[in-house]
Amino acid sequence: MLDSILAIWSQIPEAIRVSALIVLKILAIVLPLLGVVAYLTYAERKVIGYMQARVGPNRVGPAGLLQPIADAAKLAFKEIVIPARANRALFIIAPVLSFLPALVAWAVVPFADGAVLANVDAGLLFILALTSFGVYGIILAGWASNSKYAFLGAMRAAAQMVSYELAMGFALIGVLMAANSLKLNDIVLAQQGGFWHWYFIPLFPLFLVYWISGVAETNRLPFDVVEGESEIVAGFHVEYGGMGFALFFLAEYANMTLIATLVATLFMGGWLSPLENVPVLGQLPLLGQNGFHWLALKVAFFLFCFLWFRATFPRYRYDQIMRLGWKVFIPVTIVWLAVVGVFVHTGFGPWF
Amino acid sequence: MNAVARQIGDFFKTFLLWELVIGLSVTARELFAPKVTVLYPEEKTPQSPRFRGLHALRRYANGEERCIACKLCEAVCPALAITIESEMRADGTRRTTRYDIDLFKCIYCGFCEEACPVDSIVETRLYEYHFEQRGENIMTKDKLLAIGDKYEESIARDRAADAPYS
Repeated sequence: MLDSILAIWSQIPEAIRVSALIVLKILAIVLPLLGVVAYLTYAERKVIGYMQARVGPNRVGPAGLLQPIADAAKLAFKEIVIPARANRALFIIAPVLSFLPALVAWAVVPFADGAVLANVDAGLLFILALTSFGVYGIILAGWASNSKYAFLGAMRAAAQMVSYELAMGFALIGVLMAANSLKLNDIVLAQQGGFWHWYFIPLFPLFLVYWISGVAETNRLPFDVVEGESEIVAGFHVEYGGMGFALFFLAEYANMTLIATLVATLFMGGWLSPLENVPVLGQLPLLGQNGFHWLALKVAFFLFCFLWFRATFPRYRYDQIMRLGWKVFIPVTIVWLAVVGVFVHTGFGPWF
Repeated sequence: MNAVARQIGDFFKTFLLWELVIGLSVTARELFAPKVTVLYPEEKTPQSPRFRGLHALRRYANGEERCIACKLCEAVCPALAITIESEMRADGTRRTTRYDIDLFKCIYCGFCEEACPVDSIVETRLYEYHFEQRGENIMTKDKLLAIGDKYEESIARDRAADAPYS
């Protein structure tokens, strides 16, 4: 059976075999990612509900587990309404433009040692480019909707993106100075040897700045002036319904997952086990071993933090957001980059 | 000296996001706190005997309807939801020929029940009802009497429980 399949497989031309394998790998990343995104919406409603003394969705399926599927089906069958005098082409392209970068960035994320779709040399640069590309979808959506609220939301998104992109970039520079590589795989390998080797200790201020900028970059609370339900209704996606809205929703949650994965990869040792090199615990079968399960755990923790922040903090005022981005984060990162420079030069601690 | 120490403390608190951590700890505690949601179709909140739900017309124990068409409820109704027409019956007593309550107008204030000298019109504990057709919102005399007959036991029990206070 297996032999005959392999025989047929080897008769297919080389080019088709390679592209088929790549498509399979992409599917193996994208489909579970969409599942994570779907159930992240469920987890969000559950967690926030629990934090507000409610129980959250519990009607569709056991404990409400089929809720995301019901939501998706409902959105898929809704009519797509295009506002009068909207820019039709941009209006339809915008959700796609915000969703695609959120998926494409996963190409360079390593899930375990070497388990990465494209281990490109400039992986970090690629990530930086694509995470900022997502805002184009938001700005186009705001512009194309021909609505004042949507346009206000889009302008806020642009301003916020510019302010936090810089701090985010500086934070990443700290990481690549420490790891001496732009490849995400190498950055994780540079943190080998137990949790005290991870970069969040020597780069703690950069870790905080990157994490907070990441929350701001995904337009999540407390930085959601872009959507600001109580001020500008829903911001850039007021005019969207049905699948257009669903795509923005998917993009936001895919971006959250991506930021959580990046924080885990860059600062918390990615797939590495924290118990590596710990005398007894390091020998444990699953806990002591490096592997995808540790990355999944770390990502789950950071995703939980996203929901936790949303349940806890009130929305930042617009001028406060600008102040935090320009007057706090950028000075902090620049100062710490100098410190990291000294660290690297002196080969400080177990990290450099 | 103390002021300087506080300033240094504040500096570190600012950069370690101390206040935010305190806020997060509050929500983290709430995550495990008991939930207050009433899971409606399975669980229901307790009702007072004075609960004012769907209306009913009552009868005496011998089967005679209580309502004597005095129209006090019609007069007191602030929403003008009650319409009554009456006639003299063969035995010489006055009885209603029409007793309609428009549930779209009714505000469930309970004044009709208070005004009634013979405890005929009452509001029951029923609150789970719906209309599928226009016109079903008008509770006619027949419908009201039917509800009264069906729930007489619980209506009588609730009046008895509230009697010491009214």
